[in-house]
Amino acid sequence: MLIDVDLESQCGERPIRVGQARCYFTAPDLFEPDDIGDGYVIGDGTVPPGQEGQARLAVANCPERAITIDEDDDDEEGD
Amino acid sequence: MGHHPPVDDWTSDFDHTDDVWAADPYPIWEELRTKCPVAHTERYGGAWLPTRYEDVAAIAYDTDRFTSRSVIVSEFRPPMDFAPAGIAPPISSDPPFHQDARRMLLPIFSPQAVAKLEPSTRAYCEELIDGLRGHEIVDAAEGYAQHIPVRVIANMLGLPESDADVFRGFVNHVLEGVALPLEQRAEGMLSLFGYLQGQIQDHIDHPRDDLITFLLESELHGEKVDPFHVARTIGLLLIAGIDTTWSAIGASLWHLAKTPSDRERLLAEPELLPVAMEEMLRAYAPVTMARLVREDMEWNGCPMKAEEWVLLPFPSANRDPEAFEHADEVIIDRAENRHAAFGLGIHRCAGSHLARMELRVALEVWLDAFPVFELANPAAVRWSGGQVRGPRTLPVRVRR
Ligand code: HEM
Repeated sequence: MLIDVDLESQCGERPIRVGQARCYFTAPDLFEPDDIGDGYVIGDGTVPPGQEGQARLAVANCPERAITIDEDDDDEEGD
Repeated sequence: MGHHPPVDDWTSDFDHTDDVWAADPYPIWEELRTKCPVAHTERYGGAWLPTRYEDVAAIAYDTDRFTSRSVIVSEFRPPMDFAPAGIAPPISSDPPFHQDARRMLLPIFSPQAVAKLEPSTRAYCEELIDGLRGHEIVDAAEGYAQHIPVRVIANMLGLPESDADVFRGFVNHVLEGVALPLEQRAEGMLSLFGYLQGQIQDHIDHPRDDLITFLLESELHGEKVDPFHVARTIGLLLIAGIDTTWSAIGASLWHLAKTPSDRERLLAEPELLPVAMEEMLRAYAPVTMARLVREDMEWNGCPMKAEEWVLLPFPSANRDPEAFEHADEVIIDRAENRHAAFGLGIHRCAGSHLARMELRVALEVWLDAFPVFELANPAAVRWSGGQVRGPRTLPVRVRR
C-alpha cells in the first residue's frame, strides 16, 4: 500500500503540503507536521504492514481530499 | 440582529442575520439543500447561498471567479484600491499576494508555538473557573467561553489585558453589526483602527517580545511590512480569533450540557476528547465565510452578477447527508470526519492549531471542575446571528 498526496492545485510550490492537521492527528505513524504545521508523509509513503487502517483513516479525514492510497502497490522498501 | 424585515421565503429572500436563522439555521439549510441548493436574496445588494458540501467546496477552491476582497456580507463593499492585500490580509487577499501574507503568520500559529501557550491558557481557564465556583447557575458563554480567546490573543499580540472589553466590542460590532447602517459600521471600523494605530506606534517606539513587534519586523517581498498592513492583520486576528473560538467552546459546552450520555462518555474516556471535539466542530461549526463574484457569469445555472455576495456556510456543508453519514446526529466518536469547520483551500484557518488547543484546554478544565452540569433553562440560551454563530447566553446548573 502506498500513500499519495496531491495538493498541487492548492498549495503551489510544495505538493505535499496540507495544513488542516487532520492527517498527522489521525495517522501519527504515517504523517508528521513541519515547523509551520503543514503535514508531510513520513518516508516514501509506503505503508508498513499493520498500518493500513491508519492510512485509510487519514484519507477519510482529510478535508482537502488530498490523500489517496494505492492499495495494490507492494513496495518492499518501506520504513 | 433583526434590523431587517423578517424573512418568509428562504429561497429568494434569505437573510443570515434573521432571528430565525440565529436561533436554529439547520432546518433552513436542510430544506434548501433539497429544494433550492443555491438560494438568492436581493438584500445586501444581492447575495447567493449554496448549502451543499460540494458547492461550498467548489466555490472555496475557485479563487479565480470568486474574490476574497471582503468575506463579511454587509451593505459595504470595500473599495478595490486596497488590493492586492485587501482590508485584512491575508483573509482579504487573492492569489498571488495571498500566499506570502499568509506564510508570514504561520510560524506564530504552528503546533510547536501553540504548545508553548498551553500552560498559560490552562492557568487562565482555571482562574475563570475559580470565579464561578460556589454558584449553582453560571453562564458558560458569558462567564467562561468568551474570555478565553480574548486573553490568549491579547497576550500573544502584546495588547493590554485591561483593554479586553474594548476589542471584544469591536469584534461584535464588525461581525454582528452587519445590518447596521453604513455610517455606523464605518465609524466602528475607524475606531478599531484608531485604537490599533496607537498600539502599533507604541510598539514601534518600544519594541518587545510579542506578536505586534514580530509583525512589524517581518519582511514581505524583501521589504519591511508597512505598519498599515500590520494594523489590518492585527484587526483580522482579533476578529478571526475571538468570536470563532468563543463560539466553538460555547457550542461544545451547550452540547455536553444537554447530552448527558456524551458528557459521561468523555468523563470515562478523556482520551476521546480530541475526536469528540472534531465532531462538535463539524456539527456546530461556527463560521460562515463569504466571497464576492468577480464578473457576471452563470455558475451551476445561477446567473451571478459581479459584486454580488456568495456565502460559504461551512456549517451547512458539514450537515450535508451526501458528505456525512447521519449528518444531523452528533456521533461523539465519529472516526471518519472530513469536516470543513476551518474552511477549505488556500484561506483555510491559519489559527486552527491555536483554536484546537484553546478548545481542548477549555473543555478539559471545565469537565474537571464541573463534571456534572445541565442547561439551567434551555429557553434562555441565546445564539449570535450572522456569520459567526455560537451561544452568547448559556446558563447552566453545575453540581459538584
Ligand atoms: C474554532 C475556532 C475557529 C474557526 C471555526 C475558524 C474558522 C476559519 C475559517 C472557516 C476560515 C476560512 C476563511 C475563508 O475561507 O475566507 C478561517 C481563516 C482564518 N482564521 Fe480561523 N477559525 C477559528 C479560530 C481562529 C483563531 C484562534 C485564529 C488566530 C488567532 C484564526 C485566524 C485565522 C486567519 C488568519 C484566517 C485567514 C487565513 C487566510 O486567509 O489564509 N482563526 N478561520
